[in-house]
Amino acid sequence: MTEPVLSVRNLQVEFASRRGTLRAIDGVSFDIAKGEVLGVVGESGAGKSVTGLSVIGLIDPPGRIAGGEIYLAGRRIDNLPPEEMRRVRGKRIGMIFQDPLTSLNPLYRIGDQIVETIRTHLNLSEQAARRRAIDLLAEVGIPAPEKRIDGYPHEFSGGMRQRVVIALAICAEPELIIADEPTTALDVSVQAQIISLIKRLGRDHGTAVMLVTHDMGVIAETSDRVAVMYAGRVAEIGPVQDVVKNPLHPYAKGLMGAIPTLAGDDKRLVQIPGSMPRLSAIPRGCSFNPRCAFAFDRCRVERPEPLARGAQSVACHLYDSVPAESAA
Amino acid sequence: MLAFTLRRAIQAVGVMVAVGIIAFSMFRFAGDPVSQMVSIDTSGAEREAIRKTLGLDDPVIVQFGRYINNAARFRFGTSYQFRQPVTNLLMERMPATLELAICATIFAMVFGILMGVYSALRRDTWLAHLFQAISLIGISLPTFLIGILLIYLFSVTLGWLPSFGRGEVVRIGWWTTGLLTLSGLKALIMPSITLGLFQMTLIMRLVRAEMLEVMRTDYIRFARARGLTTRAIHFGHALRNTLVPVITVAGLQFGSVIAFAIITETVFQWPGMGLLFVQAVQNVDIPIMAAYLMMVSLIFVTINFVVDILYTIVDPRLRSTVSRAH
Repeated sequence: MTEPVLSVRNLQVEFASRRGTLRAIDGVSFDIAKGEVLGVVGESGAGKSVTGLSVIGLIDPPGRIAGGEIYLAGRRIDNLPPEEMRRVRGKRIGMIFQDPLTSLNPLYRIGDQIVETIRTHLNLSEQAARRRAIDLLAEVGIPAPEKRIDGYPHEFSGGMRQRVVIALAICAEPELIIADEPTTALDVSVQAQIISLIKRLGRDHGTAVMLVTHDMGVIAETSDRVAVMYAGRVAEIGPVQDVVKNPLHPYAKGLMGAIPTLAGDDKRLVQIPGSMPRLSAIPRGCSFNPRCAFAFDRCRVERPEPLARGAQSVACHLYDSVPAESAA
Repeated sequence: MLAFTLRRAIQAVGVMVAVGIIAFSMFRFAGDPVSQMVSIDTSGAEREAIRKTLGLDDPVIVQFGRYINNAARFRFGTSYQFRQPVTNLLMERMPATLELAICATIFAMVFGILMGVYSALRRDTWLAHLFQAISLIGISLPTFLIGILLIYLFSVTLGWLPSFGRGEVVRIGWWTTGLLTLSGLKALIMPSITLGLFQMTLIMRLVRAEMLEVMRTDYIRFARARGLTTRAIHFGHALRNTLVPVITVAGLQFGSVIAFAIITETVFQWPGMGLLFVQAVQNVDIPIMAAYLMMVSLIFVTINFVVDILYTIVDPRLRSTVSRAH
């Protein structure tokens, strides 16, 4: 097994607030292999975006990484000095944000923004960088790139702007792309195009992708593996087929039950009762226990640690008593 | 773009005509101009004769038409007190005022932007707090007091800088400049600071607020995610986006710098248009007051016009809205 491109170990992120320290991420661990797409799902506030931002080192104060380690291709990056981390951003890790309408500086031609990024990271002349920018625009599917390169962001539609943002994210051939809700702000018809573009780019370049979204459909379509996050922890992680078809964690089961199918059987969609706890009021033990139909005494006292179940890993006491099938 | 420019130009002319009405009506509200010009023992017949030669017995509309017609060709009549064409008097003094206003604006822009950027990027340093304190002083202390304090410190106590006048000036064509002599430059320092201080604090506060705002935007976050250097983010991206509103304010403020110059010029006895205006007010010299009003309005209107055009150069989004609006 080769070394994973990204390896997050027991990550903890805290936000200092007036009412004490809030722990947004509490002991998150996962790996992403070369060319693999890891989907990260969860409700709003589950810590998906914060996880992505900590990997790229853009947690703004008062937030900070309070513990754990992040390795990029085997090298620890969460404790790099700011200037070295800057060189990692954009060069080795590309990032795509949610809203393409506001991600680009409105006062600069898109070509200038791409050339600027290329020349920050690669030792290329102005002309070479411009040629590369045109190639990139063509690769992300912008028609007539040699003409459009001199356009301003407001002259592009939302979907086209997200393509430009993707071109910017991949312009220095990063090993890892973090896509934070890349399709949420787009039309449904454009979403599919952007998703298949990200998927294609990941495949063609062998880039690892961390795809943060709350859209299970997007995950099912794109990801190789999926991590289900709940209240700052990973509830379940595993190959996408297994997690979608056979979710183990009660929360993941609830999520999968809430996906409408096109088959249109008139069953009511299952709803998880209650809502995710606020960061200031995370319950003792398993953070999901107040909403869990299977919760027993242990869940209210002891926090579950991730357990391997085949290719999946689940943080739930329900599976602790049963011996793992794959255990030798 | 042409239609936009044309529309703005027509609006500008409209504003100037409106100002012309106000300027013209001053003549009629400030008493009988003939009695200002003659002595007590002038006979009624002589007064009538003067009234006739000046055209003051014509209908108001005719007089107004004549006034606007002349004003459009920069003829504002004769000063009551100096017995010289007002235009000549104004032109003679304009260089002094413009030089002062430009120096004050440059001072305000340079220091305002530098201090604003610094206090936005290094928000919690003692220097940023000091700048904030200075800006509070600059915004709340009246201009004349600052001028007097500067004179007291640098002229009376230290004796470094002259307390009044322009120093030696050099004549280039009709323009007189104090920028080419040492005494002229020295004389410029204190009036420029006095006049520019308010603008500087205004610009500084604006730059700081805008910069903090821009630094929170998504495209700055994305620029950081792209791994751009801090310098490129701060000065390439954040500052340029900050400058759009700053240009407007600085531009519009240039008009008030010229208008506010009245006070500064009085404090420093600066031989500019403002001082001329104050003297004219004391002597009820209406032609000068009216002409000054027209000149200042013209400058305001011109600046507004230029700022509108500049906008479209800095912000490409406006360019297309402007051309789409044909």
